[in-house]
This record gives sequence, structure tokens and C-alpha cells, in this order.
Amino acid sequence: MSGIAANSTRISKRFAELRASGEMGIVAYITAGDPSLDATLKYMLALAEAGADVIELGVPFSDPLADGPTIQRASERALKSGTTLAGVLGLVHRIRQSSQVPLVLFSYYNPILQMGLEKFASAAESAGADGVLATDLTPEESEEYRRILAAHHLDTIFLGAPTSTDERLAKIAGCSSGFLYLISRTGVTGAKDALPDDLPALLRRARSVTQLPIAVGFGISLPGHVSVLGGLADAAVVGSALVSEIERAKSVEAGAVALAEHVRALKEAARHGLSRREAPMHRGGVAP
Amino acid sequence: MSSILQSPTTAPGRFGPYGGRYVPETLMVPLFELERAYEIAKSDPSFQAQFQDLLKNFAGRPTPLQFASRLTEKLGGPRIYLKREDLLHTGAHKINNAIGQALLAVKMGKPRIVAETGAGQHGVASATVAAHFGLECVVYMGTEDMARQALNVARMRMLGAQVVGVDSGSRTLKDAINEAMRDWVTNVRTTHYLLGSVLGAHPYPTMVRDFQSVIGREAREQILAAEKRLPTHLIACVGGGSNAIGLFHNFLRDTDVKMIGIEAGGRGGQLGEHAARLAAAQGFTGARPGVLQGTYTYVLQNEDGQIATTHSISAGLDYPAIGPEHAWLADQRRAEYSAVSDQAALDAARLLSRTEGIIPALESAHAIAGLIERVPKISKDSLVILNLSGRGDKDMDTYSRLL
Repeated sequence: MSGIAANSTRISKRFAELRASGEMGIVAYITAGDPSLDATLKYMLALAEAGADVIELGVPFSDPLADGPTIQRASERALKSGTTLAGVLGLVHRIRQSSQVPLVLFSYYNPILQMGLEKFASAAESAGADGVLATDLTPEESEEYRRILAAHHLDTIFLGAPTSTDERLAKIAGCSSGFLYLISRTGVTGAKDALPDDLPALLRRARSVTQLPIAVGFGISLPGHVSVLGGLADAAVVGSALVSEIERAKSVEAGAVALAEHVRALKEAARHGLSRREAPMHRGGVAP
Repeated sequence: MSSILQSPTTAPGRFGPYGGRYVPETLMVPLFELERAYEIAKSDPSFQAQFQDLLKNFAGRPTPLQFASRLTEKLGGPRIYLKREDLLHTGAHKINNAIGQALLAVKMGKPRIVAETGAGQHGVASATVAAHFGLECVVYMGTEDMARQALNVARMRMLGAQVVGVDSGSRTLKDAINEAMRDWVTNVRTTHYLLGSVLGAHPYPTMVRDFQSVIGREAREQILAAEKRLPTHLIACVGGGSNAIGLFHNFLRDTDVKMIGIEAGGRGGQLGEHAARLAAAQGFTGARPGVLQGTYTYVLQNEDGQIATTHSISAGLDYPAIGPEHAWLADQRRAEYSAVSDQAALDAARLLSRTEGIIPALESAHAIAGLIERVPKISKDSLVILNLSGRGDKDMDTYSRLL
């Protein structure tokens, strides 16, 4: 599988549009049900309206071992409010009444496995989800998962990491559709001040093994980070920084405003992104 | 899920459908490297010589297989032998695995180890080998467990390890593993994760079993020397299941030898009140196959796949999943599993203390309680080996409060 995914989902279309207009994409992550599914619906609409190109909707899990403190706390709040995978799929259905923003479900594997792969894929498709990323699932353990999700026209997005060899990056990209999610550094999710020095090299390695769009995540929070990725990545994934806005907000309305502002600032930096393609890297640069 | 259960697989690290490698991508290459390092070490005579030397001269192997004459008399059933892992340096079987993995960490050039601990026995073993090899050591421990196993916290700190309290979830072993994995995924280039049980992603369940299988190898020789026959029953407590699999492994082909794993029945059968993953027949609810912390096995969870909280008086057994090889042995009916209550374990600890002069760890006390419950069903000419996996010093607070 190479190039834009064979099954032309909302995700592939959006990346094709971004490429055509020379823009970098912003993938916005929030945890579903934090603090309630109704609030998440409002947040998603605010994110989409502010220009988020893809929304990653986190399915809360009791043991989020790939997540840092910010998303751990969001998962706890979401579980406390009674959020289930079935509830998250219901939310996807609701947002599709008013928005066609590309949607990726971001989950740990066990909730999906317990629902049953076939039942999950069928429900996700009919709700209107576009892709799925399971944090603790790699190509080796995912043959059946990929087959079933593909049959339901869902993109399967896998993670590439700084520790992945070139051979593995090729394998991961081969199992992915929609885009390849590249982890910027070894570690868990969470905002950091600076991007790692070896990120450009990792991006070049990934670029050499796939034609898929590449989104970079983990540790990206500021317009400056997005700016630095210009010309290197097709999209930046921002998660913990947005979840922090939700955590800080005094009300759902205030949270929606803060999310929208944050995404607009990121988008502003991203619009200047691809103009710098092939240009030399300027480390630590800020948004122009 | 059903299709996963049915599909035969030849993937590495599988025990029937169980096991596997369910981790974030960042850990995959480190797991391959660990697997390769372990494969090389297995057939490397110098590694094996070093391992055996440390087991003998540092840890104190072989451990005795003691005939428990007064316990045998008191229970009035089969002849009972105790495999005295409690006599090892640091006070439990955990040191066997810790030595093996520390040697591997040195071979792999990793100057830092992280570990999780429940009862603190694996934490102490990790801190001990780290000190012995001059490695930096960070141990993650739930704050609930730090309170109930304070002696072991002090021992780890005395040995120079940093003990980090984990305040998330139920503040017990599961949460400590999450935090250890977060540290590992962040510092993976310099750090080896010294996992303490037959849990987690491949190669851990196999590697930890192999390091612990010295228990059963010795016990087999010792019982043949003492009784001129194989045992009829092996019995051990099962949290993750490393002491049990260590005893069982060398008897798996002896189909006449019955193997019994005893889980923590806590305060009752309702989900949240126990840590029994394979004792549904006794009314312990909530266990289904699922993925937790790297492996596919029986996991205590709710209908939505959220992992349940557990309860056991024993910090070392207080965990919602069981080692994948145990899940397979249970499905195959090669081993059987049942649970005993907190109270039964306390009573058994007192009985062993007063009949044999041995204060057992609360974990091992579960095995004794399981044996006591089974004695009426075991013929008198039977021959039992019970793995006394650890000593009870760390549990004196609990014993003096509750007995």
C-alpha cells in the first residue's frame, strides 16, 4: 500500500487538499467524555471550525501506559463521567449530523477487543469514523484487526517511533492507511519545550520508505513547534496542550473558545509550513 | 475476540492464544534486542556459569526441600515438603530472576534499571542486584503498597535505589507497572526494564520463567533423592505467577503430577473484592481474556474492557491479570487454579509459624491455605511439594494487627 490510501477516506482527501494548497495540517487530539460527551461534542465542533484538519478522539482507558499525566487525568475524568467505547461511537454519530471533519478514534486495544473487532468496526463505520489508531497494537499483532477494519473502510493508522528501524518503518507504513503517525521522541504523550534534535533525521527516514502523509506527534504544543516542522512533516498532532485547555476551562463555553484560539494559532503557523519545504531547518524557530 | 481464541498462531511468545507483544511501537525494537540478547545468553557458557555462580554464592542456592513433619501430622493427610525459597538472599524467589536480568542488562550495556514492585520483594531483589552490579535503580511502587510493606521500602532505599510512589488508579502493583513502563518508554536507550513476574510482552513471560525454573529443577532432584518418587501434587501461590511456573516448569511432562495455583480470593467473589483470574468456578467474577500491559491473558475487567480494581491482603497477589502461560495451562487443564480468602491466608500463616517455626510471606500463606482446603480431597499416600516463595518479615505489621 503506497501513496494516498486506496480507499479514499475523508482523511486521505484532506491530506490531498493540504498538499495541493501547500499547507501543513493540524491534527487535534482530545479525550472523549472529558468532562462529558456533550462537552466533547461542543469541543470537537469548535476545533473543526477553528481549522483542525483531523480530530483524534481519545477513547479513555483505565491504564493509559503510553500517556503522560495530562492525558491520564483526562482519561480518569472521562471514565468517572461514565464514558464507554459505545458512548464514544454514539458521539461520532452525533458530530456527523453537523460536521464532516476527518475523525480518528485513538484507543488502547483492550476496549476494542472486548467489544469485538467485527462489531467495533461495523459500528465505527456506520457512526462515521474514518480511521482507528490503537496505541498498544503493532503490525505484528494486528493482521485480523487490519483485515476487518479495511473491510469496513476504516483507515488503520500505526505509530512509528524513533527506535523503529528503517525496515520497521517500512512495515508500519505498509500496514497504515490515511497517514503515518510518527512519534517525535521516546516517551509518553505530553507537552515539552523543545523538539528533539534527531527529529529531522527520523522524518527523513520515514519519508524515504513511504508516500503516505506523515503526522508528527508527542511533545508538540506551540506554534513554534509547528513552524519548525514546516517542510518536514505533513501534519502536527497536538494533544496534551489542548487537553490542558479543557482542564483549565471554567466552563464548557470557555473551553471551546480556548481550544479554538489555540488551534487557530497552530493553523497560522502551519499555513506557512510547506512553503519552507526543502529549506534548511532552523532549530527553535518561532512562528513567523 | 472469539476468532482470536480460535486462530492457531505461531507468533513468538505465544502460549496457545495467550501472550504476544502488545506495546507502543517505541518498545518493539528494545523488546527484539532483549529477546536476541536472551537467546544468545541462553547458549553462552560464560553467561550461564556467571548466573549459576551468583545463584549459589550470592543468592544462596540450592534452597532446601524440607519435610514439614509437624504440618504433615497436623493436617493428617499427604506428606508435605516445603521448597524453601524464603531462605534465599533478600527473602524470596524474586532474586533468581533479578540476577538473570541484571546480568542481561550488563551484557546489553544498559547502566540503568527500572522495576515495579507490589509486596516489595521484587523491588528489594532489583535494588540488590543493581547495587551488586553498580547499576542505577528506580523502583515504582503503589503508595498503598508502600504503606503496607514499609520495611521493604526502607530496604530498597538502604540499597541505594530510588523508590517512586505511584498515586494513580488503585495505587498497587498494576499502577506501578504502568509507571515503570512509562519510564522505560522514555529512557529506553539507557534503561532495562527488570520486570518481576511472568507477565508483560514477549520475551518476559518466557525469560522470567526460565530464570525461575531452577526452583523446579532442584525440587525434582531433591524429592527423588528423599522419597525415590515424583511428587503427586505441586502447589504455589499465583499473582503474576513466577514462583508457580518456576516450580511447575520441570514437571510439565510428568502428567501424573498435579499442579495447583492458588490465587487471592480477597474478601469475596464480587469484582473489585478479589484478584482471582482463573477461579470462576468458585464464583469469582469478572475475568475474561484481554490485553493488559503487553500481554493477552485472563484479565479482571468490566464489560467495556476497563481494567478492574482488585483487592488482596497480599500486595504481591493484588493484580488483575495472570501470566499468559498460566492462562494456557488452565485452558488445557494441565494445571488447576483456585482462590482462598484473606482470612484463610492469615490463618494459614499462623498455622505454619506455629507448627514449623517458619513465618511465611502473605503471598506464600495463600498456597498453604490452598493446601489446607484441599487436604481432605488428597489421599494420604500422596506427596506434596509446596513452594514457600517468601518469608514473612515484611508482613509483620499486617500479622500483628490482624492476628
